[in-house]
Amino acid sequence: MRIALRLIPGLWLALLVAAPLALVGVMALSWQAEGVPPYSPPWAGEGTNPENLRLLAEDPYYRDSLGQSLLVAALTAALCLLLAIPMGIAIARAGKWRNALLGAVLLPFWTGFLIRIGAWIGLLRDEGWINAIIRGLGWTDQPLHLLYTHGAMLVGMVHAYLPFAVLPLFAAATRLDPLLEQAAEDLGATPGRAFLTITLPQLLPALAAAFLLVFIPAAGEYVIPELLGPPNATLVGRVLFQEFFQSRDWPVASALAVALLVLLIGPIILFQRLGRAA
Amino acid sequence: MTARLSLRGLTRRFGSVAALDGVSLDVPAGEFLALLGGSGSGKSTLLRVVAGFEVADSGTVHLDGTDLSGVPPHRRPVNMMFQSYALFPHMTVAANIAYGLRREGRPRAEIADRVAQAVAMLRLEGMEARRPHALSGGQRQRVALARALVKRPRLLLLDEPLGALDANLRERTGFELRAIQRESGAALIMVTHDQAEALALADRVAVMDHGRLVQQGAPREVYDRPATRFVAEFLGAANVLEGRRTPDGALECPAAACTLRPAAPLPEGVTAVALRPERIRLAPAKDDNSAAGTVAEAAFRGESSLLLIRLAGGALLRVSHAEEDGAPPERGTPVRVGWDADAVVPLHG
Repeated sequence: MRIALRLIPGLWLALLVAAPLALVGVMALSWQAEGVPPYSPPWAGEGTNPENLRLLAEDPYYRDSLGQSLLVAALTAALCLLLAIPMGIAIARAGKWRNALLGAVLLPFWTGFLIRIGAWIGLLRDEGWINAIIRGLGWTDQPLHLLYTHGAMLVGMVHAYLPFAVLPLFAAATRLDPLLEQAAEDLGATPGRAFLTITLPQLLPALAAAFLLVFIPAAGEYVIPELLGPPNATLVGRVLFQEFFQSRDWPVASALAVALLVLLIGPIILFQRLGRAA
Repeated sequence: MTARLSLRGLTRRFGSVAALDGVSLDVPAGEFLALLGGSGSGKSTLLRVVAGFEVADSGTVHLDGTDLSGVPPHRRPVNMMFQSYALFPHMTVAANIAYGLRREGRPRAEIADRVAQAVAMLRLEGMEARRPHALSGGQRQRVALARALVKRPRLLLLDEPLGALDANLRERTGFELRAIQRESGAALIMVTHDQAEALALADRVAVMDHGRLVQQGAPREVYDRPATRFVAEFLGAANVLEGRRTPDGALECPAAACTLRPAAPLPEGVTAVALRPERIRLAPAKDDNSAAGTVAEAAFRGESSLLLIRLAGGALLRVSHAEEDGAPPERGTPVRVGWDADAVVPLHG
């Protein structure tokens, strides 16, 4: 029984993590081919293919997609933090409203993800609600192009990932002693100074955790840039999709996926260290 | 001479409960005042109003003649030591002590100097680089005190400063506190619920009950002449005997089956008196100020024994029996107790 209990997570990891990872790794070293599946593995006679990885290093299109993705993910995480710091602290100090406010943060999860993105499209498009209000106020006759911009993409990203930043900050803020800020003020610190010197430093591990909790999944995001972002936002998720389903170049797509994973290993390890320290 | 701290008619309500109800109090410079009261008496609220964390509904707070109303906590030349110490967990001992001086924008050299002085005064040498969690309770208490003292406040507020210490450390730290306060010359208000602590350390004791200041004075005066039943029972657990005032100013007490005759005639309207357990002797002659009863309970307390004596009229009297007066009587022994006329203290309300 005990052995079986221990085997289950091992089996799970082997089947759903290790096996797909190995498959992607093999594909990254394979040759593109006609047929199903559209690649021939290294043992099919042609040997390993170093071209895919070299292409990633040399072709600025792929390099840029990785760079853009990391930049958008970092920007998303930073914006999420800016919103999540006051939210987390306010919810932790909300007394009897605490659970209701926490519920409100999690409420978006109760509706479908695509429906929420659809709602943003409805708000932002040229004939959407925001433009209708602006026109109604008579500010302009020409609609503002809000949808398919970097702004719309970031709004969507922040909207989708904000709860992941709020939760760790809320948890850390509940452990703060509110008397410490009072003690700081008693010693001559203005309320702002007390926040910067006393509260914020104590939240530092949670801030780092919240940042990475958003940054890591946001780096591989495909749906939001595709539905809200501009056509020139060639993030790694979109390039992956194009290579897999339009160019049918599975080996290059796999190599790109491996590259993203390698780039994210550092932050992931950092996140786990912080988790153990907290 | 104006007082260092002067409170007039302070009132603070939380809902229908008055945490402070018209409190007026003066604290001269250099005085050690103990604010004594049970939980919910309003003593901590008083401290928080003076520190600026709580705003009084009415009344004024003056420090050296300056009105403090509307002055935020960080601009008040008053420092508070919190009951939980509220040390900054992410800073070293030295950084904790230096925090207040940094906020004043003092030069580095001066900060280092004054921190070193505070560290020496509170015997924290060698602890400077430690974090609060690596300190013992007594060390934390001293860091909290150093952090408040280093600012050289005109008024120091201490909220149950000795509460978290064990009995041994409490006594020693109390005397240290007294010495440090004398040396620094700051006026000091210490909130405590421990009457022994208040009587031992303070120049003056102010007793609070239900948001009101019921009595203030020198420790001995408040102890010997409690003004009200609450003070009498709270300080030293005095016996309170009720009865009817006789025309010549004594108290006829049916529960004690005797007449209590004070040194001076009781004022009109007084119907209760206090009698300290240690002022009651066994086996005096039969006259006024004596009563008969039986020992209901005897508890050994080291230097003395506490006897509970059931009087003929039904009242239960607490009597402190000193060890040097011989072995206390056993349970069930009939005894006669008596007291001096000046031990009978009239109570007002």
